[in-house]
Amino acid sequence: MGKTKFVIIVFPGSNCDHDAHYAITEVLGQEAELVWHKDTDLRGADVVVLPGGFSYGDYLRSGAIARFSPVMRRVAEFANSGGPVLGICNGFQVLLEAGLLPGGMRRNQHLEFICEHVSLRVEHTDTPFTQNASAGQVLRIPIAHGEGNYYAPPETIAELEANRRVIFRYTSPDGTVDEAWNVNGSTSAIAGICNESRNVVGLMPHPERACEHVVGSADGRLVLESVITALDGVTKAG
Amino acid sequence: MISDATIAEHGLTADEYQRVLAILGREPNVTELGIFSVMWSEHCSYKSSRVHLRTLPTEGPRVLQGPGENAGAVDIGNGLAAVFKIESHNHPSFIEPYQGAATGVGGIIRDIFTMGARPVALLNSLRFGPLADPRTRQVVAGVVAGIAGYGNSIGIPTVGGEMGFDETYAGNPLVNVFCLGVTEADTLILGQAEGVGNAVYYVGAKTGRDGIHGATMASAEFDETTEEKRPNVQVGDPFMEKLLLEACLEVMETDALVGIQDMGAAGLTCSTCEMGSRGGVGIEIDVAKVPQRETGMNPYEIMLSESQERMLLVVRQGHEAEVEKIFEKWDLHAARIGNVTDDGLLRVCNHGRVVAEIPNRALAEEGPVYNRPTRRPSDLDERKALDLTTLGSSPPAAQVLGWLLASPQIASKRWVYRQYDHMVRTNTIVPAGMGAGVIRVKGTNRALVFSVDGNGRYCLLDPYQGAMLAVAESARNVACAGGMPVGVTNCLNFGNPERPEIMWQFTQCVEGIGDACRALNLPITGGNVSLYNETDGLAIQPTPVIGVVGVVDNATRALGRVFRRDGSTVVLLGQSRAELGGSEYLKLVYQRVAGKLPTLDLVAEHKLQQFLVSAIADGLLESAHDCAEGGTAVTLAECCFESGGIGLEVSLPPVGVDDGMSDELTLAATLFGETASCVVASVAESQAAELLSRAINAGVPARVVGSTGGRRFRLSVDGASAIDCPLDEIERVWAHGLARHFGGGAA
Repeated sequence: MGKTKFVIIVFPGSNCDHDAHYAITEVLGQEAELVWHKDTDLRGADVVVLPGGFSYGDYLRSGAIARFSPVMRRVAEFANSGGPVLGICNGFQVLLEAGLLPGGMRRNQHLEFICEHVSLRVEHTDTPFTQNASAGQVLRIPIAHGEGNYYAPPETIAELEANRRVIFRYTSPDGTVDEAWNVNGSTSAIAGICNESRNVVGLMPHPERACEHVVGSADGRLVLESVITALDGVTKAG
Repeated sequence: MISDATIAEHGLTADEYQRVLAILGREPNVTELGIFSVMWSEHCSYKSSRVHLRTLPTEGPRVLQGPGENAGAVDIGNGLAAVFKIESHNHPSFIEPYQGAATGVGGIIRDIFTMGARPVALLNSLRFGPLADPRTRQVVAGVVAGIAGYGNSIGIPTVGGEMGFDETYAGNPLVNVFCLGVTEADTLILGQAEGVGNAVYYVGAKTGRDGIHGATMASAEFDETTEEKRPNVQVGDPFMEKLLLEACLEVMETDALVGIQDMGAAGLTCSTCEMGSRGGVGIEIDVAKVPQRETGMNPYEIMLSESQERMLLVVRQGHEAEVEKIFEKWDLHAARIGNVTDDGLLRVCNHGRVVAEIPNRALAEEGPVYNRPTRRPSDLDERKALDLTTLGSSPPAAQVLGWLLASPQIASKRWVYRQYDHMVRTNTIVPAGMGAGVIRVKGTNRALVFSVDGNGRYCLLDPYQGAMLAVAESARNVACAGGMPVGVTNCLNFGNPERPEIMWQFTQCVEGIGDACRALNLPITGGNVSLYNETDGLAIQPTPVIGVVGVVDNATRALGRVFRRDGSTVVLLGQSRAELGGSEYLKLVYQRVAGKLPTLDLVAEHKLQQFLVSAIADGLLESAHDCAEGGTAVTLAECCFESGGIGLEVSLPPVGVDDGMSDELTLAATLFGETASCVVASVAESQAAELLSRAINAGVPARVVGSTGGRRFRLSVDGASAIDCPLDEIERVWAHGLARHFGGGAA
């Protein structure tokens, strides 16, 4: 079976690009290429990853400037043609700003940046990034953000819920939704969502930081391995 | 004609001005006077400290770069070097806490990547006044947010540090930041200009009027006008620095670069004359070519600006286009502002007209050097004298333990490090708050371990001994994680050196650091001195902060402080003594900063550290934690906290039975005394015998004191129960001790 080719977009200010590259190549043994945001060629990507970081310093709104990068037009085309796209943390924020996913981010409830492992419940397994999980499975994955307090108008939330598009929720370690465990105050404890076609997924937690026990958890592998499994069922480019 | 008032405003003494006249053979103009004033400021010239710093040991087989460069470097094996340094940003952090701390982080990061190393971790050492004061809480919150704001954005993990509180820091908080980088050992890059005709480039943020005279500000005491100095504090832009970092590392992979230096204190002035002086060459620049963000700036302002995120590069002839192209990729503009010359002068032009001309060496190397008078403080003997029998009765041990655990000094620092991204780069293999900083080095089996430690209270009571204890503790923390200590950096924070008592503290501390480093075979590869930390004549406690870097050959063996499982054997390594002097216990229970400090046997300390490193390398230990503030009882509690609820049952042998101490004091000293060179370790029951026999062979005192398990914290002394309580009860107290002062956002 061929390797899956991940393309990781590097915006100025991205800082988890190398972590994603390491997890994909060194830990999972797949192929990964860093693509500069000014490029307009996705180099035969099977999967596109928008990594975490502080694109353009996040001085305006997180992700608000990165969405204008030349490469984003290609990313949108790739997504619209059904290619799997994963936005992690700042990458999720870019997807929101680019309109590839609905909603927006507010500052965390207590206005402080938070970096710690959280419990994350997988809500639905019919996306390329969760298909190896079992529904309701609880993952232990770190967050590291100051603006991860997800917000969307009630009608959008209702639509997301109705169409089973809330993919990850902050919960207690045993998988119970409870405001005490809603670490940043997100609406409906939403940590990650997908688009209508379910091929674009954004989440605030960092699966690429949780791929080896030596760094505290290997639960994040499930997200990256899911898409490898998903693509094994279809023809890969290259 | 330069007036006496102008000279005084520039912080130069009459003698120093005479020296300027002698060097130039004429009167300086105002631009030249400004250049001399910043380069000869305490902050840049180390004029009060230089003669003493020369006595420190700086050599060793692993040292690749000692003091004098932007950072030190040691060989860590696999053809790699660890590049590291600690620096203070104390004065700006009081005036504007967020930006002061943020730009401190930015500055030390530049020092590391300037050497060609990719920065991989940050630590910090912080001191504040008591948290009861709302202004202090504001400073703490601002400093923590500033460190987080910069480090998180640039993507370098802040993996730990230390934090302390005392009244003397209320008007002079300390913000010391340590940064560690990794590079190939044979590609270290120096801050040196060479090759007449090579181009001098300016890259990064544009120059503004911010920070003019920052170095001079950091060389004076604070008084009631301090708030007016706010415009002297610079504003950080971590996004710009991230671009600079990536672009500079990319340039360093080419053959184009001769030398590079960041523009920190004294900005363009310092970077030009230091690079020229190190290479024995001249540098000519035209300030009109310097990118400026404000209009109408004159040469004086451009040369003295301390705008952040700027670098100076010397580029080999013929490689200019290659370098410019790399910076363009990162949307940075590299401006060619001058050339290397052969005359040894710093020549500053403005639109081609010479506005300053000074020998580089005179600025960088030939500044005034003072061997300032010292005097042992007259009240020192009185402070040290402590008659334990006059203290009055001690509250019950369980109550004292609760107070200690709830004190911000000892309580969990989770509220702080939760705001730091301590995981980015996916190398952090001992989580923040779990002991020393430990990061793996990808592509090798190794990990780097690092710690920063200092104890101002100790150094106030006995600066020589206190400084030795700081070196020993920092190295011991590294050894507890399994790291073989290989290099030291220091940040020396003191009051006004023109006062003989302060200068005495300084010289005693430097002697102590030197003696301890020699005994432990630890070379010092650089550091930073911060003087004039006083407000209205009240100096901070003398606070040398010692950063130690160590290497673990097998990263998977690296340890944290917490117990791993029920049923393990708890071992106390080292010899506890009846020592309460200078302790957290005395300060908290009796509000006394007094007494004789714990003794330190450096030979025993060295044996203990070597033993820890070898036992951990062989996988014999499950956890190890240094006994420090709060004594053995606090250390034992910390071994249980965040372990997932693993309690203990331990019986300690009493200390001091032979010293004629009362039973009550013996109990207090056993539980809360801060004897040096002691470590609480846990070991699988089946391996306890082997550990003890190896300890005996190594000449390290060791005894089994109990076992892990259960959900209670049960501690007895001499067979009598001293503390017996549910673990979660004391853990909650410890977890909230600091956070409760800040609205308790973190539980």
